Amino acid sequence: MSFELPKLKYAYDALEPNIDARTMEIHHTKHHAAYTNNLNNAIKDTDLANKSIEEILKNISKHPVAIRNNGGGFYNHNLFWDIMSPKGGGLPKGDLLDAINRDFGSFEKFKELFNNAAATRFGSGWAWLVKNEGKLFVSSTPNQDNPLMDIAEVKGTPIIGLDVWEHAYYLKYQNRRPEYIDAFWNVIDWDQVTKLFM
Amino acid sequence: MPFELPKLPYAYEALEPVISKKTLEFHHDKHHAAYVNNLNNLVKGTKFENATLETIIKEADGGIFNNGAQVWNHTFYFEQFGKDKYDVLKVSSFSEVVYRDYGSLDILKDKFSTAAKTLFGSGWVWLVEKKDGKLDIIQTSNAGNPLRDGLKPILTCDVWEHAYYIDYQNRRPDYIESFWKIIDWEVIANRY
Repeated sequence: MSFELPKLKYAYDALEPNIDARTMEIHHTKHHAAYTNNLNNAIKDTDLANKSIEEILKNISKHPVAIRNNGGGFYNHNLFWDIMSPKGGGLPKGDLLDAINRDFGSFEKFKELFNNAAATRFGSGWAWLVKNEGKLFVSSTPNQDNPLMDIAEVKGTPIIGLDVWEHAYYLKYQNRRPEYIDAFWNVIDWDQVTKLFM
Repeated sequence: MPFELPKLPYAYEALEPVISKKTLEFHHDKHHAAYVNNLNNLVKGTKFENATLETIIKEADGGIFNNGAQVWNHTFYFEQFGKDKYDVLKVSSFSEVVYRDYGSLDILKDKFSTAAKTLFGSGWVWLVEKKDGKLDIIQTSNAGNPLRDGLKPILTCDVWEHAYYIDYQNRRPDYIESFWKIIDWEVIANRY
């Protein structure tokens, strides 16, 4: 069995003007596709070939670095596409909002913390909202690492992942990463994030 | 005295079509400038306020290291390109060193290119001179710089995506192949 590049739930231009169609298309059909392909090549004929991606990531310190990089790249982009929507934006509701208020003081405080994690990640990487034993944490990781990996400083289940590799925003925002981070909140799919939280 | 952004040693369009005017404008006027600006803000009131970039690279950590090394790395990167100097390593003592350590310039280019293609994430690939005078090729991630490990940089390729994304997008190997066409080998030979 091999991993498959998932189709997007929306068109490449659906997140305009927040994320442009050209960026989405290259990001999905080139970058994400390459991670998927490289992951499949790296696990071919090994005992990881029948494992789920979560199982592979959980013990990533025991696997070759190609699996860490490409397995992370495969999983992280799956999550990223999944938690965005052309109908996104606004505020979270219900239990998720309660948990955010409880763990960060307010939604604004959470957003500030998350934006800061995303803006200050030096080089390539991701910013995360992570759930661990019911509690929420903000973190960031370098390159394609993620909170499921046993090497992560903050471990848990990621429920928001924001890609801050330059390829995620350079065609539209160039050096202005903070503008891209602001735009992300206009397309975040809180219904999907809530499902991952529950 | 505050750190200053060096001027680009050629016109912004001088390296076209290998590196576009637009890329150089952002790379120099925004990225390189931001590292200079951030560094000046971060060193205020620290022991690095009057330090050289080399001292910062060898001794600093965190934001001061990241921004200080990136100032140095970009200056070094921009200085090694030249128009009309395409691809010629003249017979010199340096060309003999290349021959001695790699057998040919093509083999050196090949090994350097492989290192540049396979560096995962943001970073730099370097041709360095070791203490014994031998050449070596190393990868550093993010702001990493060989001076930190006592190695002398001779040539570098910036493989942060901002160095090539406008012109090549995901096709980093195309950027690296083209990169060789704008190297001023006289500058490189003089660094050895």
